[in-house]
Amino acid sequence: MASVSYENVTKRYSGDTLAVDNLSLEVKDTEFMVLVGPSGCGKSTALRMLAGLEDITEGQIKIGDKVVNDMPPRDRDIAMVFQSYALYPHMSVYDNMAFGLKMRGTPRADIERRVNTAADVLELGPLLKRKPRQLSGGQRQRVALGRAIVREPQVFLLDEPLSNLDAKLRVQTRIELQKQHRALHATFIYVTHDQVEAMTMGDRIAVMRDGVLQQVAPPREIYGNPANMYVAGFIGSPTMNFIPVTVQGKTAKASGFELELPHAPGVEKGTLGIRPEALTEAPVAGHAGLDLKVEVVEILGSDQFLYGTVGGDSITARVDPHLKVQPGDRVRLGVDTRRLHLFDSATEKAVL
Amino acid sequence: MGAAVRGLEARGLMGPRVRILDREAPLGYLLLVPLLLLLGLFLAYPFLFGIWLSVTNAQIGDNGHFVGAANYQYERSDTVFIQSFANTITYTAVTTVFKLGLGLLMALLLNQVFPAQRFVRAALLLPWIIPSVLSTLAWRWMFDPTFSVVNWVALHYLHLPSVNWLGTTSTALVSLMIVNTWRGIPFYGISFLAGLQTIPTELYEAARVDGATRFQQFRQITLPMLRPILVVVLLLSTILTFGDFTLPYVLTNCAPYNSTCVLSTWAFQIGVNGGYIGIGAAISLVLFPLLSIIVAGVLIGLRSRD
Ligand SMILES: Nc1ncnc2c1ncn2[C@@H]1O[C@H](COP(=O)(O)OP(=O)(O)OP(=O)(O)O)[C@@H](O)[C@H]1O
Ligand SMILES: [Mg+2]
Repeated sequence: MASVSYENVTKRYSGDTLAVDNLSLEVKDTEFMVLVGPSGCGKSTALRMLAGLEDITEGQIKIGDKVVNDMPPRDRDIAMVFQSYALYPHMSVYDNMAFGLKMRGTPRADIERRVNTAADVLELGPLLKRKPRQLSGGQRQRVALGRAIVREPQVFLLDEPLSNLDAKLRVQTRIELQKQHRALHATFIYVTHDQVEAMTMGDRIAVMRDGVLQQVAPPREIYGNPANMYVAGFIGSPTMNFIPVTVQGKTAKASGFELELPHAPGVEKGTLGIRPEALTEAPVAGHAGLDLKVEVVEILGSDQFLYGTVGGDSITARVDPHLKVQPGDRVRLGVDTRRLHLFDSATEKAVL
Repeated sequence: MGAAVRGLEARGLMGPRVRILDREAPLGYLLLVPLLLLLGLFLAYPFLFGIWLSVTNAQIGDNGHFVGAANYQYERSDTVFIQSFANTITYTAVTTVFKLGLGLLMALLLNQVFPAQRFVRAALLLPWIIPSVLSTLAWRWMFDPTFSVVNWVALHYLHLPSVNWLGTTSTALVSLMIVNTWRGIPFYGISFLAGLQTIPTELYEAARVDGATRFQQFRQITLPMLRPILVVVLLLSTILTFGDFTLPYVLTNCAPYNSTCVLSTWAFQIGVNGGYIGIGAAISLVLFPLLSIIVAGVLIGLRSRD
């Protein structure tokens, strides 16, 4: 079993693209680590360096306690699931799954046993003789996963494995992957740009932006204590409300309201961060509150979102779906001051 | 078909003509007609006429009359014909093996990233682009007993004796095959290169992670993925080499002592130079059944694997 560590890893492509910038990240043995960030932030590059598919420009990567910088992929004891699945089109499902074992000279009987076991688990039994092009997207995805599983590697690398599936299948496969992770007792490194996947699957989440690691933490903490404005805005849907404020002592003053912070943050100008659910339709007298001028109402059954303005700032609030609100109404909302965030205007770092 | 059209049809407002055009099969055949006519005119007519000639005693300036299999009978005892037949098979088989091997090598090399890539790719196509007559004439000079650059190099640098390439029976056919291979490699190379470039790089990445060595990647990914192109190129090239006329005609034209005759040049000598059009036609048609079997075999093989 193996941990993985990136130590000051930088990747520069020819033409001066800085894809990964001084990345340091420890992934513990058997951990499910999710690398998340917008398109082009360098997550695939980080994963591919670990797989041995890209050279490392600076720094080093360790699997277990071995530095793997110069080790060919085949010696790294990893398996990878590609976004496009990369199934071998001319081989049957069985041969696709057996390929890695064959290349390593595993005895035929062993191969058969391992492929059949994996096929049972992934319900691929009846499809073993088919070619990849005779499979649906979801089935292909399972074959790609099966190909990784039969290898019984120490580390699984998954690069956006669900992005080609439809919404329902994505949820199913997400759950399946988590089950597999628990059953296999292996380290998983999972790349996605989808914050829901990140939040639901990761033991810890690493948020990246423009090649730079922003924060590594368990999902709850990423959500509850984002290290900076970028992470706060990236995780959570609808996104956190950001309201420019001036601060005097413990008092934060926005264009349309003011409130008392739990303690003095020590900055004069900042951006107040309020998650939509930290606004409540039942304001408590004497506590902080604001008057929302409602412009759009969205009812999603279990939730109701109000979009509107307070002073000059746009605000989204999540309220009880039974609350009867019309566009144009003014609604008095309470603010849960324990769940406030404040970011320094200059550095965008969390100061509260 | 749109709902509106279906509605009209149900009420009997649409004629049967429209419905025929809407069905796939009849429309398909209809659209094939012009092509079939063209093919019939330019392929079938000469071909059938050739077959007819081969069973007549036609000569140049004389339509002749039906003689049954007499021309074919005659060929059986013609030693030059038998030599030509053997030469054609050797010429095709040997050059095909070399063109395939070297073409594949060329494609694999060209598929690497290197400086001046485009230029080199274009340059390597030259043998195939230059008209065969021209390049073959150049080769004739290179093989000339007195002026041969090949001999000069052999003599001055390797201290080997001069060879009369085209003048001796033991080397003339070899020379022919060398030139054919030289001319044919680019076609194989460029076709294979095109095939190589359609193979997604992720397959190689997956194979590398799966533990495949370079050679295993070639055996397990490259070759099987290239197979459809390989088969088609092989098929085309075999047919063209079997029927190759320009190169043998310009380089040796059967000399010395008919030792380099292939069926096409022998058919030309008998049929056009000698004037026995009927026999010439019979000679050139001999390969037809053989080629048909090869083509059918390849096409069936190509289908069944899919
Ligand atoms: N082979 C390459 N050559 C040059 N630049 C590259 C190469 N591959 C990636 N890049 C650049 O490196 C940066 C990071 O790319 P990467 O593929 O890691 O992004 P990503 O986070 O995986 O994005 P996505 O979610 O779109 O897959 C991008 O700016 C990209 O343009
Ligand atoms: Mg990517």
